[in-house]
Amino acid sequence: MAIVFRTIWVIAYRELLRFVQDKPRMFSSFSMPIIFLIIFGAGFGRLIGQMMPGVDYIQFMYPGILAMTVLMTSVMSGVSIVWDREFGFLKEVLVSPLSRSGVLAGKAVGAAIIAIIQGAIMLVLAPIVNVPINLGTVLALLPLLLILSLTLSGLGLLIGARMRSQQGFQIVMQLVIFPMMFLSGIFFPVSGVATWLEVLSKLNPVTYGIDAIRQVFLGTEVAGVTVFGHTMGIVDSAIVVAMVGVVFLTIAIWAFNKQE
Amino acid sequence: MDVIEASNLVKRFGELEAVKGVSFSVKEGEIFGFLGPNGAGKTTTINILCTLLKPTDGQAKVNGYDVIKERSQVRQSIGLVFQEPSLDDYLTAEQNLRFHGYAYGVPKNVLEPRLKELLEMMELWDRRKGKINTYSGGMKRRLEIARGLLHHPRVLFLDEPTLGLDPQTRRRIWDYIHDLRKRENLAIFMTTHYMDEAENCDRIAIIDYGRTVALDTLEKLKDGVGGDVISVKTEDNEEAMRLLEGQYKLKPGIENGIISFTVPHGEEFLPKFVSGFPLRLLSIGLRRPTLEDVFLKLTGRNIREQEVDSMQQMKNMARMRGH
Repeated sequence: MAIVFRTIWVIAYRELLRFVQDKPRMFSSFSMPIIFLIIFGAGFGRLIGQMMPGVDYIQFMYPGILAMTVLMTSVMSGVSIVWDREFGFLKEVLVSPLSRSGVLAGKAVGAAIIAIIQGAIMLVLAPIVNVPINLGTVLALLPLLLILSLTLSGLGLLIGARMRSQQGFQIVMQLVIFPMMFLSGIFFPVSGVATWLEVLSKLNPVTYGIDAIRQVFLGTEVAGVTVFGHTMGIVDSAIVVAMVGVVFLTIAIWAFNKQE
Repeated sequence: MDVIEASNLVKRFGELEAVKGVSFSVKEGEIFGFLGPNGAGKTTTINILCTLLKPTDGQAKVNGYDVIKERSQVRQSIGLVFQEPSLDDYLTAEQNLRFHGYAYGVPKNVLEPRLKELLEMMELWDRRKGKINTYSGGMKRRLEIARGLLHHPRVLFLDEPTLGLDPQTRRRIWDYIHDLRKRENLAIFMTTHYMDEAENCDRIAIIDYGRTVALDTLEKLKDGVGGDVISVKTEDNEEAMRLLEGQYKLKPGIENGIISFTVPHGEEFLPKFVSGFPLRLLSIGLRRPTLEDVFLKLTGRNIREQEVDSMQQMKNMARMRGH
């Protein structure tokens, strides 16, 4: 067991070291969420604002943008296992006495820490877009961001566990990240849209992560996904995300161990 | 003591039998070479010994540990330098080594002096804070050797350690390897398809199509060829071949207009041959057999070095262009 913990910290340590050294990556994971916040805010703000009286669209969107930062960072760090495989570094890890399962867990932990750092930096924007923020909000957000990013890096690892080349990256972006992003309630509420869209959104674990984050910021009036007549609270949503995460990581570890 | 014992290793990938019952043992402190053309099963054998692949059949022990049942002890006992680079390009040399130290659980008070010692030995100490993507091919290889040694392994595996490097760098890498053999009491297991490099080994196993066709010291392998190699060029090579086969009862071969054959005690044979040979000789040479001759004699083929080299170069170039 000790070896698993050592593996997790060694692998997470390297992820962090790389993150600190790779400055372009640090900026690139911010650029898209911020661009969305500005453009969608300016473009749709007035239109959608009329549909939700009392809530400014940017305020509505901001919690989702925070989650989007976490989404991008986590999934991509998960898929970074493909990089390691392609550039040979994975071999160095695999012939070492480190534990196979710990390698994936360490990647997820590293990704989660990075995602939280990125998320924390995004919090600086909150006052600028008039989103109320205080110590209580931040403390409530931390565990939510942690759970969400562990789950999403679990997804990235699941995708990357078997992937052999980087060509897969583009496909992952287009077929996984973008649909997950748009069908998660970042830009519009998941209720009151076409039924198929609503069903897809409710199958998306990111929806629950975003909803919980939104509830932390804006209270239960604007948020709350209803599943089978039950309106999900913060804790409910967090449990759903965590459970999906456990499933993702378990399958990822199984697939990875079998492959390597 | 034997640090590697392999008996009857077999590895099948579906239909393909890459390794067909290879057996050998490597002693403490020796440089053991695995020589053969690409695709002969060298890397597969290394991968079995370093626990990356499970053998289909047979057994192997490294440092006394079973490669199937005691994987983590085996991993702790070995250092590896792969054919393809396996460094983290975005980290510095020092960071790569530290990661390795943590991964192998090297205690902090051992790690730092060891790291310095190895980087100095490989002449990389001044560049320790440089990122790997600024390193040349030779520097990377040296750093990988340093990394492989960091946790005091009992066996260092080098899979084609000088592949893709220029001759000067290759020579330097060899200087380092000889130097480190003197300093550290470890066995070195290496694969190569370069004949001249195999000459650095204490013992050599020649492997072809998944089987060991010979295993001995360099001298004994060369003695096995049956004496010295004489090469002659005559004004009528066809007639000369006939004479050599008939009258002299030799087994000559011809390549690029030069006839070569093996005779025992070449120095004594040469003067008699020159005075007695009926055709006019244009040139004549005598040399000790090389591993190339050994390989030719054992397998009836050249080691396909040319073809392999150009393929590898293409692969390396594709890699440098970033795929």
